[in-house]
Amino acid sequence: MAPPSSRRTGFSKKAQLSAFTGYLLAGAGAVVGAGLLVLSLWQPDAFAPLRGLAGDVVTPAGTGTAAARSTSQGFFAGIAGYFNAGSQNAELRRENELARIRLAEAEAVKAENQRLKGLLGLRDGESKPVATARLVGSTATSGRRHAYLGAGSSSGVKPGMPVLSERGVIGRVLETGRYSSRVLLLTDSESVLPVRRAKDNVIAFAEGRGDGLLRIRLVNLGVNPLKVGDMMVTSGAGGYYRPGVAVAIIAKITPDGGIGRLVAEPSATNFVSVVPIHEAAAVAELEGPASAAAPSPSPSPTSAPTGGAAAEE
Amino acid sequence: MERLDPRARSDIYGLRINRAPDPWRVRIVPYGSIMLASALPVLLIADTMPLLPSFGLLLLLAWRMVRPGLLPLWAGAPLGAFDDLFSGQPFGSAILLWSLAMIAIEVIETRFPWRGFWQDWFTAGVIAVIYWLASLVVSGASVTPEMLMVAAPQALASVLLYPMIARMVAGLDRFRLSRSLKID
Repeated sequence: MAPPSSRRTGFSKKAQLSAFTGYLLAGAGAVVGAGLLVLSLWQPDAFAPLRGLAGDVVTPAGTGTAAARSTSQGFFAGIAGYFNAGSQNAELRRENELARIRLAEAEAVKAENQRLKGLLGLRDGESKPVATARLVGSTATSGRRHAYLGAGSSSGVKPGMPVLSERGVIGRVLETGRYSSRVLLLTDSESVLPVRRAKDNVIAFAEGRGDGLLRIRLVNLGVNPLKVGDMMVTSGAGGYYRPGVAVAIIAKITPDGGIGRLVAEPSATNFVSVVPIHEAAAVAELEGPASAAAPSPSPSPTSAPTGGAAAEE
Repeated sequence: MERLDPRARSDIYGLRINRAPDPWRVRIVPYGSIMLASALPVLLIADTMPLLPSFGLLLLLAWRMVRPGLLPLWAGAPLGAFDDLFSGQPFGSAILLWSLAMIAIEVIETRFPWRGFWQDWFTAGVIAVIYWLASLVVSGASVTPEMLMVAAPQALASVLLYPMIARMVAGLDRFRLSRSLKID
């Protein structure tokens, strides 16, 4: 197919000029785009208000699809449940017995914990969530792993706040709009989270690999103490997250740590809660102008500025 | 005449006498469909890997190929700005890359004025793959080998989806030009 002949400029001065102007405008568009790109790579927050506005617009539609998603998951799970109901019932009963025992043990530990914390004068780590909302969408076409949350600055959500599901850590609020906010998921390759092993204090960083798994990098090199199946929880270093929230389960061992699978998968969650920054004062101090001189407020040795603050974009 | 064949006085755009295409629809459909394609993938939860190719770019390429001269040469910049608001890329990446894509197609078209479906598909495929790689590089995240591997299906899908999207755009174009307005 030949292009329409009206698009050939020929000797018409007007047609030549308009073709030239087209190229000029397109070139200018590319140059402006390059400038904006450099600006937003240098200052990631520069266009946050614009994106927040766009997020607010799509959130109502996203809420509908999120509700449909959770309903359909429940529907399929319900059908699957009929096929192995008998064996599952027996197994669940056995598990329930065990869980009851463990629960009793946990109660005892909790009581002791309370007593010891009282002795030390520490306040309780649990804090009330700022907002509870659905994950309404994500950046499905980009290499970045961001999710949209159906709550924004009007419900008190602020950048930096941790986003948790009932299973564990989902990510951190990156930008807020009025009724929506953008969450940096743990699987994004710019996300770094200080973690420790749940049963002892082996300290590591959980970095997103960009393919849905986390790279667990040990801080203290030497003999790798990790084993497949170990649970990694937040260490609380960096001040953003409350210590002891589940992050990942080790699936593979590497020389410098391991590969972790997420405990809380964003696509499988229904509602998530946004909780306040755990040590807001400490974070403000760390990110303030005197950050270089400020002593790290956390008792953990990993609270260098690379800790939670490294999860910035 | 109509009693013998009800479609005797109509073509693919509908009846011809006393009817005209809606001027609003003629202008809005291309831009509207591209913007909708930019915004729709947001509704999916992709927590582990990019799930979809960039539908906005594919629709832009398809409109440009199916209807040369309909979108002005500079249309990549404003449409790219809209795409950047939703795609999760740093603002400016689609403005730059979509503008470059439009210029590239224009240059290719001037160089090879006679073209057919296969050449269009080839051009769109090459541009989509280059866009895929370039947008990974400028995404602001460090490109890891694992990330490239999980994003590879995205590149393949964008090449394979082009014919389907071109057919869809052709359908949209018929809808755009259908004579819905009565003159009298």
